[in-house]
Amino acid sequence: MSMTKLIVKNAFRHTLRVLLTIIGISVAVVAFGMLRTVVTAWNSGVAASSPNRLIVRQAVSFIFPLPYAYKEKIASIPGVSTVSWLNWFGGTYIDKDQFFARQGCDPETLLSLYPEFKLTSSEISAFKADRSACIVGIETAKRYGLNIGDIMNMEGDIYPGSWQFTVRGIYTPRSKTDDATQMFFHWEYLNERMKQDDPSRADQVGYYVVKINDPSRSAEISQKIDQLFKNSAAETKTETEGQFQQGFVSSSGAIIGAINIMSYLIIGIILLVLCNTMIMTSRERTREYAVLKSLGFTGGHLFAFIAGEALTISFLGAGIGIALLIPIVQGFEALLPRGWFPVFIIETSTYVLAGSSALIVGVIAAIIPLYRALTMKIVDGLRFTG
Amino acid sequence: MSAIISISHLTKTYKRDKQEITVLNDVSLDIEQGDFVALMGPSGSGKTTLLNIIAGIDRPTNGEVMIDGTNIGILSETELAKWRSRHIGFIFQFYNLIPVLTAFENVELPLMLTPLTKSERRRQVELALSVVGLAERMDHYPRQLSGGQEQRVAIARAIASDPDIFVADEPTGDLDRVSAEEILTLLERLNKEFGKTIVMVTHDPSAANRAHIVHHLEKGDLIPQGQS
Ligand SMILES: Nc1ncnc2c1ncn2[C@@H]1O[C@H](COP(=O)(O)OP(=O)(O)OP(=O)(O)O)[C@@H](O)[C@H]1O
Ligand SMILES: [Mg+2]
Repeated sequence: MSMTKLIVKNAFRHTLRVLLTIIGISVAVVAFGMLRTVVTAWNSGVAASSPNRLIVRQAVSFIFPLPYAYKEKIASIPGVSTVSWLNWFGGTYIDKDQFFARQGCDPETLLSLYPEFKLTSSEISAFKADRSACIVGIETAKRYGLNIGDIMNMEGDIYPGSWQFTVRGIYTPRSKTDDATQMFFHWEYLNERMKQDDPSRADQVGYYVVKINDPSRSAEISQKIDQLFKNSAAETKTETEGQFQQGFVSSSGAIIGAINIMSYLIIGIILLVLCNTMIMTSRERTREYAVLKSLGFTGGHLFAFIAGEALTISFLGAGIGIALLIPIVQGFEALLPRGWFPVFIIETSTYVLAGSSALIVGVIAAIIPLYRALTMKIVDGLRFTG
Repeated sequence: MSAIISISHLTKTYKRDKQEITVLNDVSLDIEQGDFVALMGPSGSGKTTLLNIIAGIDRPTNGEVMIDGTNIGILSETELAKWRSRHIGFIFQFYNLIPVLTAFENVELPLMLTPLTKSERRRQVELALSVVGLAERMDHYPRQLSGGQEQRVAIARAIASDPDIFVADEPTGDLDRVSAEEILTLLERLNKEFGKTIVMVTHDPSAANRAHIVHHLEKGDLIPQGQS
């Protein structure tokens, strides 16, 4: 018989109680993982943002456009390496519930600004060559069964009318936190239609995306850009992409904060559940610990028995919890309206946190029983009758 | 013969509600190597306390306890634990087996503290179980055994590490007549065949009859008696 065998036999002595404890821990780990995944999803925009991208938007609100003419002026500022622009399109694809980002872009500069979107060189040239071309992220392509050459029909709302885009490329994200749901088409295509239908809206872009060489100069360059358009009809507000995204997220920051706190409270619950089980268990075994001590087992052995048992339970609970979490997160993602969270994955840090929590909780839950077992006098333990 | 256990001027007091009670009062006692000694006396007279001090699981308040040349009163807890595992075999009234372990595993328990290999341990456990006549029951759990059989497993556990001294606190106190006789016969064999020193607390005169010497305790005082 090994120590391990003894520990496992001990852990499963009260089968029902230990099973309930393990289930309790598993459920808590699932809840912890779910909450953390939601937080990750929420923050992923910020996490994926690049520090060398500046977003130049209309100072009053990003729903107001900026003149196309700003492009050359921004490009003239020292430190700016590339100027690109994007334009929210909105529109309805299939029906109103189908949500993913659709934007007009400058095909010449888009991919230099967003290297996280991977396309083959033939896709890139096909996209650039065709004015009605678009590219879509692989997630969106899979979801609608889109292939190269397919036509996407959209009903415009911000830009009324019916629109046809030809899929010329399907991009894959560089990493899991990059958004693989977006759709980009030629801003030129949009602009030409505006020139015809509504000239007052022509030659305007939604916002500029500016690449700078040195991220540490972002504040200074942002200021220079905004100064350039001070007192013009369309003043600008320039931020790093991270700040821009955070603007979206900050309004929900309090909720996210609360969810984060909740996820850690759950660890606290796990701790209480396990502490309770361990304290009950070790109280019942007071006499056995006395017998073990009289046979010559020492503090180190008791530590191994008690901590080993607590860790066996906490790791089983955490392991089962994680095994359940993976399909549950996938199922949840399938249920969520598409595009709500472009990124919905269990982060490595969630696994690490769950694992290290199991370790810490196991050790802490062993402290009280261990302290009692160590300080207990053998003769008192032998007299113990429960 | 030399005294394997030599107790001189042993006093043990407990504090209860700020009041000191004397449980053992200036007890001096020698027990020879290979003796079979019974401790008798009314309830509360200090029998268990004396036995526990001899076994090194309780400490004297005053006086000296020398066992096989070691003054166990001055050993640290860890030293004492190690000393117990080598020198003392415990037999309790309520057997105190671990319920989730088989008879074999219960007997193996003290051997986990020794450097024996797995196969050496197995041999030792089988030997101990055959001495108590339970070799066929080694895969049984305590709940599948009768009280007498449980006590025999407990004796096998005490035998396994081959200690010199066995301490038994009312080993037959919870058993019927027949089982009690079996246990006593077993203790006698340990004493006669294997030369083990046995100190047994008992209320039962017929159990005490098996011992060579009977000591009586009365309210913490030792009243020496003649040989039986
Ligand atoms: N840990 C303790 N704290 C306080 N008092 C104790 C403690 N252990 C024993 N005593 C007291 O010491 C006295 C002797 O106890 P002990 O257990 O040695 O008696 P005993 O002779 O074995 O009695 P019994 O035949 O009932 O087992 C009793 O009055 C008991 O209440
Ligand atoms: Mg007693």
